[in-house]
Amino acid sequence: MKITSEVVSHIARLCRISLSDEEHKLFTLQLNQILAYMDKLNKLNIENVEPTSHVLHLENVLREDKISPSLPREKMFVNAPDKHKGYFKVPRIIE
Amino acid sequence: MEKYEVVIGLEVHAGLSTKTKIFCGCGTKFGAEPNSEVCPVCLGLPGVLPVLNKEVVKYAVRAAIAFNCHINLYNKFDRKNYYYPDLPKNYQISQNYFPIAVDGYVEIFIDGEKKRLRINNIHMEEDAGKNLHSEDTGLHDASLVDFNRTGVPLLEIVTEPDMRSLQEVEKFMTALRNVLLYIDVCDCRMEEGSLRFEANVSLRPIGEHQLRQRVEMKNLNSFKMVLKALKYEIERQGKLLMEGGEVAQETRLWDDKEGKTYLMRSKEEAHDYRYFPEPDLVPVIIDEGFIDRIRSSLPELPSAKLERFCGEYGLPPYDAEVLTSDRLLSGFYEGVVNIFPDAKTVSNWVMGELLAILNEEGVDIENCRISPGRFAELLEFLKGGKINALSAKNVLREMFHSGKDAREIIEEKGISQISDEESIKEIILKVISENPGPVADFRKGKKKTLGYLVGQVMKATGGRANPEVTNKLLVKALEDSGGEV
Repeated sequence: MKITSEVVSHIARLCRISLSDEEHKLFTLQLNQILAYMDKLNKLNIENVEPTSHVLHLENVLREDKISPSLPREKMFVNAPDKHKGYFKVPRIIE
Repeated sequence: MEKYEVVIGLEVHAGLSTKTKIFCGCGTKFGAEPNSEVCPVCLGLPGVLPVLNKEVVKYAVRAAIAFNCHINLYNKFDRKNYYYPDLPKNYQISQNYFPIAVDGYVEIFIDGEKKRLRINNIHMEEDAGKNLHSEDTGLHDASLVDFNRTGVPLLEIVTEPDMRSLQEVEKFMTALRNVLLYIDVCDCRMEEGSLRFEANVSLRPIGEHQLRQRVEMKNLNSFKMVLKALKYEIERQGKLLMEGGEVAQETRLWDDKEGKTYLMRSKEEAHDYRYFPEPDLVPVIIDEGFIDRIRSSLPELPSAKLERFCGEYGLPPYDAEVLTSDRLLSGFYEGVVNIFPDAKTVSNWVMGELLAILNEEGVDIENCRISPGRFAELLEFLKGGKINALSAKNVLREMFHSGKDAREIIEEKGISQISDEESIKEIILKVISENPGPVADFRKGKKKTLGYLVGQVMKATGGRANPEVTNKLLVKALEDSGGEV
């Protein structure tokens, strides 16, 4: 697969980020380099390798269904740009 | 529309009734103060790590067994990426590649025939928060967000497009809800959003086997809304097809006030979720022993109970279906039958009188003050002739309202049945002397007037006369003296 300029625009839109022309060029190049590396990996013989979904050799890390304290109200909105009567306030949502 | 067949599939979101959220220790109580059950994990603050709630896996396995699924022993989670203000992390943790359960089914009865509706998969995921818009807030330039629901554990249950009518959809939803309640994983309160449906619908010419482009419908907050929206959408698509048009693959929003669906997004605007494995969570491996332990802890499921009610109690399938439609109701029924073993009589009284009272009063069986023991006692009094059927119905109502037992009410109201022949005879003679017209009619052969005269005896005794004895004595009295006229 080749990453075109259009694909980069699409991904940027999905991520809600705007790119300068320079960044656009840079990311097009870098994303293609990453995919080229994947092509290289694809050439490896992995017949006897188990698929893995995680780099850690851990499984079943679980917690009990016990309530722990939630955030105190005064800390809740410290990083929020805006609030209103206990709610986070955001620009009007239009679907 | 006869030329077309309806094809419907459902996506169900069931909010689990665990104490805490799926990946953090925040509570899940509905109706808490906005943003009071929120922590850095469910807010998606930098540097936090989710840890899976053990109970969620148990609940998911319970549902997987109850819906006859194949359970995947290897489980992991994936990120579903999209931007929306109710989702603080900008991704939802879900299971895309290895859902916990696949290939299940729900059985329903359509016109006495069993039909199997397949379930494609069941997976675990986290719920999103709740947005409030101007119609709720009065703010015109802003929306408000409450993250209490963010991270509440959900099971998403995805069916195959196996439903062919609204009746099947309704039966499926009822059966599904019933199972979820039986196995105690979800309280199924649609008004609180703990059970939500999305419907996919398309039409195709009868005989065609390929699936056509489907329309997905959202914002269906009750069984009624699901059915209304589907009915509207089936008509809309049917009209389009009849006019030679084509149905576009799109997502539509049901507007309950208007009774219409509206285009929400077209195929071109469809989300591109870019799923990838969730690196913050390690795989969950389930073993057969775990599944067996859960299997043996499950209560008898509605379908098994229905068959047992037909077999063990000899009930007609209709009775068994109604009685098993609610776990507590079926328990009540069995409680009564254990004491008063006339299964069909109990069924008639539970389905007829008791459910009628509960419906009228808007009370569910859980909050009904009549115990199975007292209910059985009432039926004993009826059977033993202490009261007649009419009085029994009134006593039942009184038991429901006052919380008293049948014996107390019968004594208080003096409504015990009069079966003693001398007392009834006395009243009969009085009725005969007061109603010369009808009596003469009867003697002339108008046997129908007997009913009127029985009614008069009942009236004179406040409904307490034993109807069989009254009938027998009245006929005898009318015929005995009949020769004298």
